[in-house]
Amino acid sequence: MPNMSLKKNPMPSQEPEVRNKNFKEVALGYTEEQALDEAARCLNCKNRPCTQGCPVAIRIPDFIKETAAGNFEKAYEIISLSSSLPAVCGRVCPQESQCEKYCVRGIKGEPVGIGRLERFVADRHNSLPTENRTAPAKNGHKVAVIGSGPSGLTCAVDLAKKGYDVTVFEALHTAGGVLVYGIPEFRLPKDIVSKEVDGLKALGVKIETNVVIGKTLTVDELITQGFEAIFIGSGAGLPNFMNIPGEGLNGVYSANEFLTRINLMKAYRDNSETPVMRAEKVAVVGGGNVAMDAARCAKRLGAKEVYIIYRRSEEELPARAEEVEHAKEEGIVFRLLTNPTEILSEDGKTVSGIRCVEMTLGEPDASGRRRPIEKHGSEFEIPLDCVIMAIGTSPNPLIKSTTNGLETTPKGGIVVDENGETSRENVYAGGDAVTGAATVILAMGAGKKAAAAINKKIQGLL
Amino acid sequence: MNKIILKRSLNPTVTLFTFEAPLIAKKAEPGQFVILRPNSESERIPLTISDFDREAGTVTVIVQIVGATTAELNAIPEGGFICDVAGPLGRPTETEGLKKVAVVGGGVGCAIAYPVAKKLTNLGASVDFIVGFRNRDLVFLEDEFRAASDNLVIMTDDGSYGEKGLVTDALKKLIESGAEYDEVIAIGPLVMMKFVCKLTEQYGIKTVVSMNPIMIDGTGMCGGCRLTVGGKMKFACVDGPDFNGHEVDFDEAMRRNTMYKEFEREKACRLLNTK
Repeated sequence: MPNMSLKKNPMPSQEPEVRNKNFKEVALGYTEEQALDEAARCLNCKNRPCTQGCPVAIRIPDFIKETAAGNFEKAYEIISLSSSLPAVCGRVCPQESQCEKYCVRGIKGEPVGIGRLERFVADRHNSLPTENRTAPAKNGHKVAVIGSGPSGLTCAVDLAKKGYDVTVFEALHTAGGVLVYGIPEFRLPKDIVSKEVDGLKALGVKIETNVVIGKTLTVDELITQGFEAIFIGSGAGLPNFMNIPGEGLNGVYSANEFLTRINLMKAYRDNSETPVMRAEKVAVVGGGNVAMDAARCAKRLGAKEVYIIYRRSEEELPARAEEVEHAKEEGIVFRLLTNPTEILSEDGKTVSGIRCVEMTLGEPDASGRRRPIEKHGSEFEIPLDCVIMAIGTSPNPLIKSTTNGLETTPKGGIVVDENGETSRENVYAGGDAVTGAATVILAMGAGKKAAAAINKKIQGLL
Repeated sequence: MNKIILKRSLNPTVTLFTFEAPLIAKKAEPGQFVILRPNSESERIPLTISDFDREAGTVTVIVQIVGATTAELNAIPEGGFICDVAGPLGRPTETEGLKKVAVVGGGVGCAIAYPVAKKLTNLGASVDFIVGFRNRDLVFLEDEFRAASDNLVIMTDDGSYGEKGLVTDALKKLIESGAEYDEVIAIGPLVMMKFVCKLTEQYGIKTVVSMNPIMIDGTGMCGGCRLTVGGKMKFACVDGPDFNGHEVDFDEAMRRNTMYKEFEREKACRLLNTK
């Protein structure tokens, strides 16, 4: 008999007033009992709308069925068929707008906690002693992957499993891309990422850190070196700013810089070699996951007041619902329908506040969201000592400017066809380098698609 | 891991390191930089490439030991290893079409200006190389500088070596005496570059400066190295590090470079106390 409770098993979590002072993981994960109970909520329905909502098409009802039966390793195997990073996705996917959005149980009550179950299954698997994984027999074909973020890792895993000789080139000193430099420890512990990277190495994938493609080596040189196909997953690029007065003041960060200092360089630790500002009053401009991460990091660094400033309303916030909820619980103040017009300074050097204007929502714009319009005469100021801009990124110019014939959009994103292939034959791309800032799972989906296309192409099936 | 094959103290606070980095050596051009981390816990710092040897596969940086990270680098002996080096980053200095150039270096900036002067001289340009130091004891690589230029002018603040005065005094004298420069290239402390630019602006001489702001990744991701150039936001790591000096907002750049001064001081103290 299915469990007909209308509510999900709640996720055990650190208390808000405790966790907003540490960088340990917020959500603690289901116990075995909770997982069994939650898995029993799945009706295992015939048309599987959840799977259609998953960018990598995990066979969700199948893995949940095995979970409900206590066959956790079997459940893991099923997820692994489609996803190379289950422990990551269970934590950072926006399930409410993907799999869980379509869950039949969500029509009346809450959907099945698919993400939470995925996380449980993956964490349980990762807690078991690792079996001696042997690299599959090599098929004699060399493929290069540029970037070790979600799209690159996925592409590399899928190809390595098929026997390709894969080399991943990473610009930073640690592999993982945004999973390491962007997403904070309290949302995605770095041990999990390094475990995934170790798994990749066990498959025989070589990872070359400190190699900046476009500078240290070019795409054309990789081709000369005998790589038969190349996947570009170089990720998001330069941070956007608003072009308002005061963005050059001391105390203004891009979210990328703020988060990189904290996550990659561990600036939150007392003995860190890398500095980060520990401000009293902080405003983060933007409403996505990156904005939530930055705001919650600022709080954990000891800020007394942290604001999210977003020009649309709560409904349009692009962040995962759970992140918004967690941020609120932790004391982040949301100033919605608000847009900054100037960053202020009393001494002409450091930030002393921000001037904002209130907004209302008009007719839907090209993005389908209602366009924010300034309310005349509604200016007001908030005293601050730090402002973090989290309003997206523009694609990195390094590869585009050094690869002959690589077509890009006017905004700088790499143009790809339905297989992920670029205007250069045998050169594929995916993730934020193509789409601009998006989600981990969409990047993984792109890496997966490109891996399949590369395999077909090299095997002469395409 | 990059092995240090030569380590030489050039003056009490400046050290030369030549290390193995074959891929970087193959591509490096004057004006470019590397990001390095001495140890696995170190901060990432940008250092401009002073020299490179494509055959030997080595890269040289000349470093002023000013903060904790450079002190950590300096603690690595010859034969030891630097944890991470990435590069060559940034755009190379543009040298095409230049016939007569004044290259102006200040302090450790002279070491960064040196490969630019050398390249220009090798390309057949006439190079006046003006180098400035506080005093005689700090002067380094004089022979190399002389070989890389037609005319080397050494300035010291106290007159203990070369001529007494600032690099701007020497530059002004050369311009006034009729040197018609296609371009002035200035590399050194921000305040020096600012005043070189103020001077050359009066004479309408194009001036290129090499900016060295705070950076983390150095590859166009973090945005920490942003500068205002010609009223627009530019990123030193991908748009620079060379910029038209007459358009750079030096005051903002100087202010932004002091952002972590206090932290740096504390960190240096901590490092000294634990040694």
